[in-house]
Amino acid sequence: MPAGSNLEAVLSAGRFAVTAELGPPKGTNLGVVERKAEILRHCCDAVNLTDNQTAIVRMSSLACAIHLRRMGLDPVMQMTCRDRNRLALQSDVLGAAGAGVRNFLCLSGDHQQFGNHPGAKNVFDLDSIQLIQVLAGMRDTRRFQGGDEFTGDIPMFIGAAANPFADPLPYRVVRLAKKVRAGANFIQTQAVFDLEIFGRWMAQVRARGLHEQTAIMAGIVPLKSVGTARYMRDYVSGITVPDAIIARMEDAADPKAEGMAIAVELIDAAREIPGVRGVHIMAVGWEDVVPILTERAGLLPRPLI
Amino acid sequence: MIVAQQKPLEDIRQMARGFRRLLVLGCGTCTTVCFAGGEKEVGLLATSLRSALGQEIEIEEAVVQRQCEWEFLDQVGEAVGRAEAVLSLGCGVGVQGIGERYPGVVVLPGLNTTFMGLTEAPGIWEERCMACGDCLLHRTGGICPVARCAKSLLNGPCGGPQDGHCEISPENPCAWVLIYDRLMQQGRVEQLEEIIPVRDWKASHSGGPRRIVRPDLREMVEEEV
Ligand code: SF4
Ligand code: SF4
Repeated sequence: MPAGSNLEAVLSAGRFAVTAELGPPKGTNLGVVERKAEILRHCCDAVNLTDNQTAIVRMSSLACAIHLRRMGLDPVMQMTCRDRNRLALQSDVLGAAGAGVRNFLCLSGDHQQFGNHPGAKNVFDLDSIQLIQVLAGMRDTRRFQGGDEFTGDIPMFIGAAANPFADPLPYRVVRLAKKVRAGANFIQTQAVFDLEIFGRWMAQVRARGLHEQTAIMAGIVPLKSVGTARYMRDYVSGITVPDAIIARMEDAADPKAEGMAIAVELIDAAREIPGVRGVHIMAVGWEDVVPILTERAGLLPRPLI
Repeated sequence: MIVAQQKPLEDIRQMARGFRRLLVLGCGTCTTVCFAGGEKEVGLLATSLRSALGQEIEIEEAVVQRQCEWEFLDQVGEAVGRAEAVLSLGCGVGVQGIGERYPGVVVLPGLNTTFMGLTEAPGIWEERCMACGDCLLHRTGGICPVARCAKSLLNGPCGGPQDGHCEISPENPCAWVLIYDRLMQQGRVEQLEEIIPVRDWKASHSGGPRRIVRPDLREMVEEEV
């Protein structure tokens, strides 16, 4: 069943899709969301609203997604299994779907130890693969996971994350296959810096035909400084940053410009890999860079479908 | 076994303050094995408390084979009778067992009951099971993702593991890396293609405190009576 989201339309038209991440504010100022959304409006097909990213409490992805919808953008509502059980997740989905949100991204979630409530009791009633199953079940049978029917339409374009770079590497494509089998329509990957590993992973993806069953979008993180690059390499689990990239950032007279240049090169390279159907730009608070990157990568204007 | 560790002496001192006759009661099974509540620890703790609390307190010491069974608790009835409070060095079950057998006495927990685990090496214990009530170890190469993955994920590793470690600590192996390696070793890695469906957590603590009644055993007991 077509979900009717812009992202879905762009991908099914066979166009190379662009999504970008918007981090909701650590506070009540919806104006921040509006400002960032306006920056992203014309340079991407859909906007991800992160869900208490890195386990730091922020305005809810549900509220921000609904707000973006009202502004006429196509939101991707991220949902983590860390904070909510199946009752809460399903009720959030109903609320979002009722307000016109169509794209949902199912995540396990970063462990609460990394955030600002390390003493929290986590939930993990479902894992991300089971969450995909639950959403697909709601969409396809109009029933809750518990079996009861509900009323109203629930068109959904279901997404998931994939990390080609984490341990154990040979298992990564198996996990993707499980997500696809569970019902993931699109996949946004962890930040790609290491094209070699990413390329190998994509080859495995193609070998299994997964690129035909789901739309794979490569994650792109523009580096702001050599500090960020090192931090990603050393402290962000599951991200690999090759020495060559660190060296380029070290040597750069203008690190921001170099970071942008690297990001554009990565986008170009990802586009050349068969089976990659889009990019997902995670600018982590540097949303202004997204119009520049998409412009330089020749991804503008975005298609109107 | 159940693994526990002694509460900080200061916490115990605070709890015990105000009582004049204290029984420090050890347990001869799990907490003895993990060096938290056996005869030796009872002796050491009693000595420390005597010096911390001074003359105002009279401390008796005893150890039962298991604090979680009535027949063993019955053996210390007299000692409990002499005490105003029992400082238990058993697990939380032991503490509650004493309370149920002797409701008139105050029971203080001297240990923090921590997990069910095994002895990795002398002086190192690790959690292995959370008693989820519906064991799935046959699907995961005999390694428990409920207890050993920080997110209790059932369908493979999150995006976090690096160099085989869990994203939350370089000290902990990632349960899913262990599962993968074990299944590789056994030539059964295709097992991981299977999706473990949404779980019914009713069998776990989410279904409320659990109780097991074995009618066959009950009948036997009733016949004997
Ligand atoms: S699956 Fe459940 S019962 Fe089995 S080891 Fe893990 S927590 Fe214990
Ligand atoms: S790194 Fe491994 S053990 Fe840690 S949360 Fe992720 S999957 Fe679980």
